[in-house]
Amino acid sequence: MSILEVQGLTKSFGGVAAVRGVSFTVEPGEMLALIGPNGAGKSTCFNMLGGQLPPDSGQVLLQGQNITFLPPRHICRLGVGRTFQITQIFASMSVRENVQTALLSHHRQSWKLWRAADTHHITEAEALLYKVGLATQAARPSAELAYGDLKRLELAIALAGQPRLLLMDEPTAGVAPAERAGLMDLVANLAREGQMAVLFTEHDMEIVFSCADRILVMDHGSLIAEGNATSIRANPQVQAVYLGTAA
Amino acid sequence: MIASLIQLLTGMAEASSLFLVAAGLTVIFGVTRVVNFAHGSLFMLGAYIGWSILSRMPRDPEYFALGVILAGLATAAIGAALEMTLLRRIYRAPELLQLLATFGVVLMVQDATLHLWGPEDLTLPRGRWLRSAVVILGERFPLYDLILIALGPIVLAIIWMIFTRTRWGTLVRAATQDRDMVSALGVDQRRLFTSVFAMGSGLAGMAGALALPEASANLQMDLTAITDAFVVVVIGGLGSISGAYLAALLIGILQAVGIIWLPKSTLVLVFVVMAAVLIVRPNGLRGRKLTAARGEADTIASIKPASPSLKLAALATLAIAIAAPFVIGPFALSVLTEMAIAILFAASLHVMMGPGGMASFGHAAWFGIGAYAAALPVKLLTVSMPIALLIAPIAAGMVALAVGALVVRLNGVTLAMLTLAFAQIVWAVAFQWSDVTGGDNGILGVWPPSWAGPQAMYFLALSLCAGGALLLRKMLYAPWGFALRASRDSTQRAEAIGLDTQRLRLTAFTLAGSAAGLAGGLAAFTKGSVFPTTISIGHSVDALVMVLLGGVQTMAGPIIGAIVYTGLFDALLLATDLWRFVLGAAIVAIVLIVPQGIAGLAKR
Ligand SMILES: Nc1ncnc2c1ncn2[C@@H]1O[C@H](COP(=O)(O)OP(=O)(O)OP(=O)(O)O)[C@@H](O)[C@H]1O
Ligand SMILES: [Mg+2]
Repeated sequence: MSILEVQGLTKSFGGVAAVRGVSFTVEPGEMLALIGPNGAGKSTCFNMLGGQLPPDSGQVLLQGQNITFLPPRHICRLGVGRTFQITQIFASMSVRENVQTALLSHHRQSWKLWRAADTHHITEAEALLYKVGLATQAARPSAELAYGDLKRLELAIALAGQPRLLLMDEPTAGVAPAERAGLMDLVANLAREGQMAVLFTEHDMEIVFSCADRILVMDHGSLIAEGNATSIRANPQVQAVYLGTAA
Repeated sequence: MIASLIQLLTGMAEASSLFLVAAGLTVIFGVTRVVNFAHGSLFMLGAYIGWSILSRMPRDPEYFALGVILAGLATAAIGAALEMTLLRRIYRAPELLQLLATFGVVLMVQDATLHLWGPEDLTLPRGRWLRSAVVILGERFPLYDLILIALGPIVLAIIWMIFTRTRWGTLVRAATQDRDMVSALGVDQRRLFTSVFAMGSGLAGMAGALALPEASANLQMDLTAITDAFVVVVIGGLGSISGAYLAALLIGILQAVGIIWLPKSTLVLVFVVMAAVLIVRPNGLRGRKLTAARGEADTIASIKPASPSLKLAALATLAIAIAAPFVIGPFALSVLTEMAIAILFAASLHVMMGPGGMASFGHAAWFGIGAYAAALPVKLLTVSMPIALLIAPIAAGMVALAVGALVVRLNGVTLAMLTLAFAQIVWAVAFQWSDVTGGDNGILGVWPPSWAGPQAMYFLALSLCAGGALLLRKMLYAPWGFALRASRDSTQRAEAIGLDTQRLRLTAFTLAGSAAGLAGGLAAFTKGSVFPTTISIGHSVDALVMVLLGGVQTMAGPIIGAIVYTGLFDALLLATDLWRFVLGAAIVAIVLIVPQGIAGLAKR
């Protein structure tokens, strides 16, 4: 069964239709890219999948279970992790404490009132930081990190919840070009090892074509193409959207 | 039917008065994004200046109008001066510091007014036209109220014309939407802001003078006016003038009609309506979601565990606190007791404001509820002290839970004002419900049992308060505290890792209320009495100053702040009659010079 099934998702802001009737599925263990020009509606889609925004119509099914209007925290508990286009971390904490806070929540220990939080799940937190390449930064205040490292930290936070499905909104934006491929390879490996599916948006086409098993293309709120790298490269409609030539 | 029509008209007159005060506040907020606590002081100055002018003039309507306009102009000038000396320096500060600094001005103006005009209420000799009435459906209705009813919409229309039909107004509206864009256009933003501030202040001053025929100029009107104005502006939507008028109508009519059905609980009614409006429309009736207007001043410092030297200092302080009662006199002992209680009061506010990220301007409500909840059972049911000290935090916590359930969804200034309004209501209940609370005379003779002398009470207060503060600290370092801080740092991220941010905030709110309630209960027994002033705005501000003086973003801050502030405050009371003025000036100075607080300063 597909891990995620999206049916006819629609959202408008005021009069502007941001997403119009988008349907697709995500299979277990796959790296699925959602691409499209600025303002195509990618983030809006993500926010409806993650529960941050209620759709006007349409449905989101997670392994058959309807999660359409669930709040983000319930969707998280069902195994969906995410990162945001503008990174969201806990700026008053150290890098490791950020991950520990996520681990505490995952292990449902956030309401404990006694033992100091930073003595919990130290090894697990450091293992996650090691995975994303932040092992040496664990003790630093997270507010000091470079933007690329914030993206890595946010990934570690999302992974702490052991998601079945990971949504990543522009995971490499702001990351130095040389490090992008490494970061995405890491995600791809995690996906294959852990049978975690990844849905990501990305503007760097090289990354998309090299990492994604399958690609969805959005423009003006609608899906206009779907396929593997070769077929998307060759698709005249996609070329038109990206290069501005007439279809 | 006739009675209700008259009530409706009375309500509309009331609405106009409310609108005139609130309009200036909302105009100023819309452009400068500063919530000017001193707006009520400008209203009061308008009334006093108006009295000085009008009591020297003939009592004809045209002179009355002239006097009101002159009072407005004078207040506008005072407002402009205030903007140029203070406000302009704090436009980019966190909103709580802005509220605090302008509250400093409130204190200074109170003492200045007292010295210029004296302590008596000043009433205006009313000319015949002011006493005349119009007969409506066989009922006499004051002419002046009819004039007020007309004045609200007229002023609304004038402001609207200024904002839509003049170049100045266009610039102001542009500045409301995007401050930086306007300065990019080459407009002198400073002069624009000063003129807006002058206009808002002038409106407050005129409103003050217009209030004279129906009331008097008195030294309490500043805080009454600002509370009313806050309520109206929050319901209407911060920055929206038409919203302010709608809200004023809602509140004015609610009060006038409510007084028939629920004579004693109009204030409670107002609060419930306010909470209801904000639940349905968190930005008020006509408000929009505010775009961020501030720079980096709000960024959050990371919190580290206490350093060894800090721990040593804490132990030394504790040792002194334990040894002191054996060597000092009774007065010093009472100051120490007060300090101990202040520590818990400040630490509890810190839980909300710091890690909880919820600004509160009404923390005295919980302290006061705790104090009354401890004192009343003792007086009415002769309950023993230990039981009363158990009731205090439970009662305060339960009310905090109920209020918190309504308000923790809100943020920033809105939340600060709602907590303030709630505290004002608790104060009004304590003040007006004199059968039970003794009203202004308070509850006297709440003495501890004979085994507990001043020394024993000191040790009780010290152990409960220092212990309570340490317990809160422990919880803030535990997973719950981290989850709470996570909710503050990034609500989106916190929800996305599965945290229930509302519930976390609500527990922090309840816990803080409950701890403050315990502090209040202890205060009742150590002082032997409870008065409505324990719930006053001034007392809420005491807690705020303690926390900010110590530094919000440190765990030691509130404790240091409580000790230093209580000591300084008691010294100030002994040293000068002008303590309000000095305290106000000191608050302004703290905000301008050490916004990060003593502990924050020490960390650098
Ligand atoms: N909260 C909102 N209110 C109003 N309009 C919005 C809102 N969020 C998004 N939009 C509009 O919806 C459309 C889709 O935006 P969205 O952020 O989903 O695009 P995107 O594909 O993620 O673009 P980008 O690549 O720039 O991130 C845009 O026209 C945007 O202006
Ligand atoms: Mg986007």
